[in-house]
Amino acid sequence: MGIEGIGARVARKEDKRFITGKGRFTEDMVVPGMKQAVFVRSPHAHANIKGIDVSAAKAMPGVIDVLAGDELAEDGIGSLICGWMIHSRDGSPMNMGEWRPLAQSKVRYVGDAVAIVIADTRAQARDAAEAVEVEYKVLPVVTDPAETLQDGAPQIHDNAPGNLIFNWGIGEEEATDSALAGAAHVTEMEIVNNRLVPNAMEPRAALGHYDAAEDHYTCWTTSQNPHVARLVMSAFYNVAPENKLRVIAPDVGGGFGSKIYIYPEEIVCLWASKKTGVPVKWVADRTEAFLTDAHGRDHVTKVKMGFDADNRIVGLKVDTIANLGAYMSLFSSATPTYLYATLLSGQYNIPNIYGNVRAVYTNTAPVDAYRGAGRPEATYVLERTMETAARELGISPAELRRANLIREFPHQTPVIMNYDTGDFEASLNAAMKAADYDGFPARKAEAEGRGKKRGIGMSCYIEACGIAPSQAVGSLGAGVGLWESAEVRVNAVGTIEVLTGSHSHGQGHETTFAQLVSDRLGIPIDNVSIVHGDTDKVQMGMGTYGSRSGAVGMSAIVKALDKVEKKAKMIAAHLLEADEADIVIENGQVKVAGTDKALGWHEVALNAYTAHNLPGGMEPGLKEGAFYDPANFTFPAGCYICEVEVDPQTGKTEIIQFVAADDFGNIINPMIVEGQVHGGVAQGIGQALLEGTVYDEGGQLLTASYMDYCMPRAGDLPSFQVSHQTTECTTNPLGIKGCGEAGAIGSPPAVINAITDAIGNNNLTMPATSQKVWAAVNAA
Amino acid sequence: MYETSYHRAESVEEAAKKMGTAEGGKYVAGGQTLIPTMKQRLASPDALIDLRHIPDMKGISINGKDVRIGAATTHAEVASSADLDAVCPGIASLAGHIGDPHVRHMGTIGGSIANNDPAADYPAAMLALGAAIHTNKREIAAGDFFAGMFETALEEDEIITAVSFTAPEKCAYSKFPNPASRYAMAGVFVARTGDDVRVAVTGAGMDGVFRWEEAESALGSNFAASALEGLAVNEGEMLSDIHGSAEYRANLVKVMAMRAIAEAG
Amino acid sequence: MSKVEMTVNGRSVSGDVEDRTLLVHFLREHLGLTGTHVGCDTSQCGACVVHVDGKAVKSCTMLAAQAARAEVTTIEGLAAGGELHPVQAAFKEHHGLQCGFCTPGMIMAAVDMINRHSGKLDEKTVRAELEGNICRCTGYHNIVKAVLAATEQMGGAAKVAAE
Repeated sequence: MGIEGIGARVARKEDKRFITGKGRFTEDMVVPGMKQAVFVRSPHAHANIKGIDVSAAKAMPGVIDVLAGDELAEDGIGSLICGWMIHSRDGSPMNMGEWRPLAQSKVRYVGDAVAIVIADTRAQARDAAEAVEVEYKVLPVVTDPAETLQDGAPQIHDNAPGNLIFNWGIGEEEATDSALAGAAHVTEMEIVNNRLVPNAMEPRAALGHYDAAEDHYTCWTTSQNPHVARLVMSAFYNVAPENKLRVIAPDVGGGFGSKIYIYPEEIVCLWASKKTGVPVKWVADRTEAFLTDAHGRDHVTKVKMGFDADNRIVGLKVDTIANLGAYMSLFSSATPTYLYATLLSGQYNIPNIYGNVRAVYTNTAPVDAYRGAGRPEATYVLERTMETAARELGISPAELRRANLIREFPHQTPVIMNYDTGDFEASLNAAMKAADYDGFPARKAEAEGRGKKRGIGMSCYIEACGIAPSQAVGSLGAGVGLWESAEVRVNAVGTIEVLTGSHSHGQGHETTFAQLVSDRLGIPIDNVSIVHGDTDKVQMGMGTYGSRSGAVGMSAIVKALDKVEKKAKMIAAHLLEADEADIVIENGQVKVAGTDKALGWHEVALNAYTAHNLPGGMEPGLKEGAFYDPANFTFPAGCYICEVEVDPQTGKTEIIQFVAADDFGNIINPMIVEGQVHGGVAQGIGQALLEGTVYDEGGQLLTASYMDYCMPRAGDLPSFQVSHQTTECTTNPLGIKGCGEAGAIGSPPAVINAITDAIGNNNLTMPATSQKVWAAVNAA
Repeated sequence: MYETSYHRAESVEEAAKKMGTAEGGKYVAGGQTLIPTMKQRLASPDALIDLRHIPDMKGISINGKDVRIGAATTHAEVASSADLDAVCPGIASLAGHIGDPHVRHMGTIGGSIANNDPAADYPAAMLALGAAIHTNKREIAAGDFFAGMFETALEEDEIITAVSFTAPEKCAYSKFPNPASRYAMAGVFVARTGDDVRVAVTGAGMDGVFRWEEAESALGSNFAASALEGLAVNEGEMLSDIHGSAEYRANLVKVMAMRAIAEAG
Repeated sequence: MSKVEMTVNGRSVSGDVEDRTLLVHFLREHLGLTGTHVGCDTSQCGACVVHVDGKAVKSCTMLAAQAARAEVTTIEGLAAGGELHPVQAAFKEHHGLQCGFCTPGMIMAAVDMINRHSGKLDEKTVRAELEGNICRCTGYHNIVKAVLAATEQMGGAAKVAAE
C-alpha cells in the first residue's frame, strides 16, 4: 500500500466542508422564488376521512395554496409501492394495500399525510395547516403485531384479510420438527425485537422545482439512492419521465436505511411545484421524523433450538410475526424474509432449519430496513438462544458456540446462503483475549464487594452484505437488479473524476474510493474527485445500503479502472515502442517493466486527448464505465463481548467494556472502518438499553421526541475495543466483505446476555431500561 | 411558534410596567423551557418580556452563611461559583446537573422556580433549604410558593427577583435522571442544620415537589442513610409514566435520598 | 417585525424579522450561515450550538431578538484567517465526524467545554459535558478522542482560543 492507497488511515477529504460549516444539505438549498411547505397529518391512527375543507387555510397570510389527495389523484400521481414480491407458503402473492401519497378516503397511522400547505414562510404554512379542517370518523385501532392477527381486530386494508400481508416459510419444516423431536435438549424462547426509530440527525427534507419552460423537474432530497428515487418516481408514481426528472441527494446527514425509501413528501413537493408554479421545500421537524420515517425491527418470535447429547445443534425452528406498520414501505417485505431468515444458521452447523414469518399490518408507522435490516433480528434470536442454551446445559457460552462453529468453506446453509469464507474461531478467540474473558470471575467478585452485579455476554454474528446478485434477488422477488455502476473519467492533465452510483451520507466514499484509484495508479488522492448523488451527473446507480458500497460499488470502480488501465497501457506501449504486456503502472508512471523507459501518468492522459499519436484505430479520450453485478453475497462475521455492571438499587446498567472482533475481509481505510463499527455498536447498545418506541392503545406515538425516545449519548457509552481478523471475500475483486452494519447486528444480544448474566434472570426484553432491570433484579 | 412580540426590559420596574400594558404577556428569562414549549405551540404568549438583561437580578452574594442568588443568575453561574460551593455545595452541584452545558448557560434559577416543572431540580433545593423567594412585590417562603405541578403562588405580573437562604451545615442533591429528557425521575435534596433535617423530592410526586417528612424526622435523630431503612414514600402519590412506574419512582426516591445523605456526610 | 442587530463572526449584521424568529433561523435564512443546523424540536440534539457572548448556547432555543446586541460566533467564524481551529483539526485527524450534520454543534460545544475546563479534561468529563449533543454516526468514540486531543493541543492557550 502507498501512503494514500488501500489500507492507509487517511484523514477524510470530505471533512473540511463539514468542520467549517460548509456542508450542503437539502435544507441549505435555495432556489429563487422558493416557498415553504408543511404537511397536514392525521392526528388519528385509524379513521375514515369524511371531508377536507381548505378554504380557511387558503385565506391565511402568505399562503400560496393548499392541496389535498383528490387533486393529486386527478393528476394521475400513483400510489406508493413495495418493490419486493413475497409469496406466501400457499403460493399466493403478498397482500399489498394501497398507500396514497396524500390520503383520500382513509388514514391508517398518526402522521399519515392528508394535505400540503405552501406559504411564504414555514411559520405561515404551519399556521395555515392548523386551519385546514379535516372531518374524521375515527375507527378502532390496533398497534400490536400479535393482536392484529386475532379475530375481531380492526381491518386496516380491505385486500389484506385479518391484516396478514403474507405467511412465508423457508427451509424444511418436517425434517426440522423431527430433528427437534429427537433432540436430547431443546431450548425454547419467546423473543421480542423492539421497534426502533432510525433518527439520522438530519431530518428528511425535499425541495421540488418544476421548470415550466423546460418542462423539467428537479428534486433535492435526503436520499441514500437518488437514482432509485428517480426510477420509482418515474416508473410507478407517474411524477415525470426519467429524462425530465433530475434527483439530487447532496450532503445527506445520515441514513441508516431510513433514507432508502421514497416517501410521500418528495412526490408531493414535485407535483405541488408544478401545480403552484413555485419551487416547494419541505423539511421535517423531529417529531414529524419520529411519526413518519420508516421505523425498524418490531418482531415477535418463538424459537426452538435442539441439541444432541454432545451439545451439537440438530435443529432450529423459528416462528416470527413481523410488524410492517400501516403501509408496505419500499423494501419492507424483504427485510423480515430474505434479509432475516436466510441468516438463521448464523455461524453454526445447523442441519435442519425452518423459519416461518407472518408479516402484518398495524396502525403504526411503516417499518422497513434499519441498519442491519433483518440480520440483527436473526442474530438476536440465535445469540439469545445460544446463551440461554449454554446456561441450561451448564456449559460455557463460549464453548457451546465453539463446538458448533462452521469450519469448512464454502458452506451451504439450509436457508439459501452459501458462505464463501470465514474464520469464526479467530474472531471468537480475539474477542475473548481482548476482553480478558478468563479474568471475568475475579472482576465479578470485586464488583460484588462494591454492591454491583457484574455480567459478561457474548454474541457471534454473521450477516449477508454486498447486496446483491441481481439474478438471485430477482428470483426471490426483487423488482430491481442490485448491481452498481461506475465511470472513471481521466482528464487531459491526468486528474480523475470517479462517478459512482453509490451514495455517501457519512461513509467517507470521497476518501476511500479515491484511495482505491490512488492505489492503482500511484497518484495522490487529492487528484481524484468522487462524484455522486446526482442523476444528471452519474448515469445510473443503486445507492448505498446493506453495506454494499465497498463490496459492490468499489468493485464497479475496479472494473472501470481495469478498462482505463488497459487503454492507458496501449497508449504507453505505442509511445514507448514497447509490448503492451510489458507495461506497468506504478507511482504515477506508466513504464516498461524492468527499464527506465517511462511516461508520467499525466503524459499518457494528455496523449489520449491530444490524439496526435494514438495506436491505429484507437478512439481519443480516456474514460471508461462499468457495471458490476456481484456473484454472491458477502459474509462479514465476528464476535462481540460486552461486560456490564448493574446497580441493583436503581437497575441502571453501565457498560464497562465492549469488545468487537470483526472479519470484514480486506479493508481500504481502517480508521473509517473502525468508525463504522463504533457507530453501529452505539446503535446496537441503544437498542438494547435505551431506545423504546411506544404507541398507546389509541395509536398515538408516546415517544415522538428526544424527551421520551432515549438516544444514546456520550455518557451512556464506553470507548470501544475494536479489532479485525481477515479472511478475504472470494467473490469480488477487492476481497471486501463490508462493515457498515455489523456493529448494530452483533451488539444487542451481547448486551442483553451480559445483563441477564449479571442479574441471574433471563426474562428481560429490550430496551433493558433501568426500570425493567430493577424489576428483573427483584424478581430473580 | 405562534406569532408573538418581544420586549427587553432593563429594570424590574420596566418589566412590570411592560407586562401591565401587554395583552397576554409572559416573562421570559433564559427561555430554556418556555421557548421549546412555544415552538411546540403548547404556549402562545402574545408578548414576551425579557428579564435576562436586568442587572439587579443577577449575581450571587454571600455573607457568612447567608446566600442570595439573583433570579436571572444562570445555572452555569451557580454551578461554577466557588464561593457558593464552599458554603452550600449541594446547590452548586444541583445546578451543574440541570439540562446540559448549553442550557445551563441560558437557563436561570428564577425561571426554573417560576415554572415549577414537577421534574425540575431547583424547587427541591428551595424547599429543603427553606429559601425565601423574593419578588417585586413581596417575599414568599418556599413552603408556600410551590403549589403543585406548574403552579406557584406568583401572581400574573409578579417577578421573582432573587432567592435567599441560610446555608445549612450539610447538604447534597442526588438525582436519577430520565434517560431521555434528563429531567429528574427522582431528585432528592437533603439539608441538615443540627437536628433540623429537610428532605425535598422532585420528579417523583404527582403534585410536584414535596417534603418527605417521615424521612426528615428519622434523620433528625440519626443522620445516616440507614435511618431510611424501613421507610417508604407513598406509592399512591408518585407519578407513573412510560419511563417509571410509581413503584419504581418510590424506590428511586429512597435510593436517591440515601445517596444524598451519604454524600452530605 | 423588529429590526435585530448583532455581531456575527465579527461582522455587524442586522435584519428585519418576525419576533418569533429563532436565532438559528436568523443565522441560516437571513445571513446564509447554514453551518448551524436544526436536528430536533426539543432543545436536546445540540446541532444548533453557537457561542453567544462567548458561551455555548442552543440557537434553536433562543429568539433572534434575545440575542440582539450580542456577539455571536458560528462554526463559520471559528477558523481564524482560514487556519482551522485546533478542535476542527482534531475532528478531522481523529475521524470525529461521519455524516457531518451534528459536527458544527459538536465542535462549538467542544471549544466551549475546553475553555471552561481550562484545558484540563479527561474522558469521563468529556462524555458528561457532551450531554447536550447527540451524534448518531460515530458512537462518540472518535469525538471524545478528538476533544481530548484538541485539549492537549491547545494546552494553556485553551482559555483564549474560542473567540
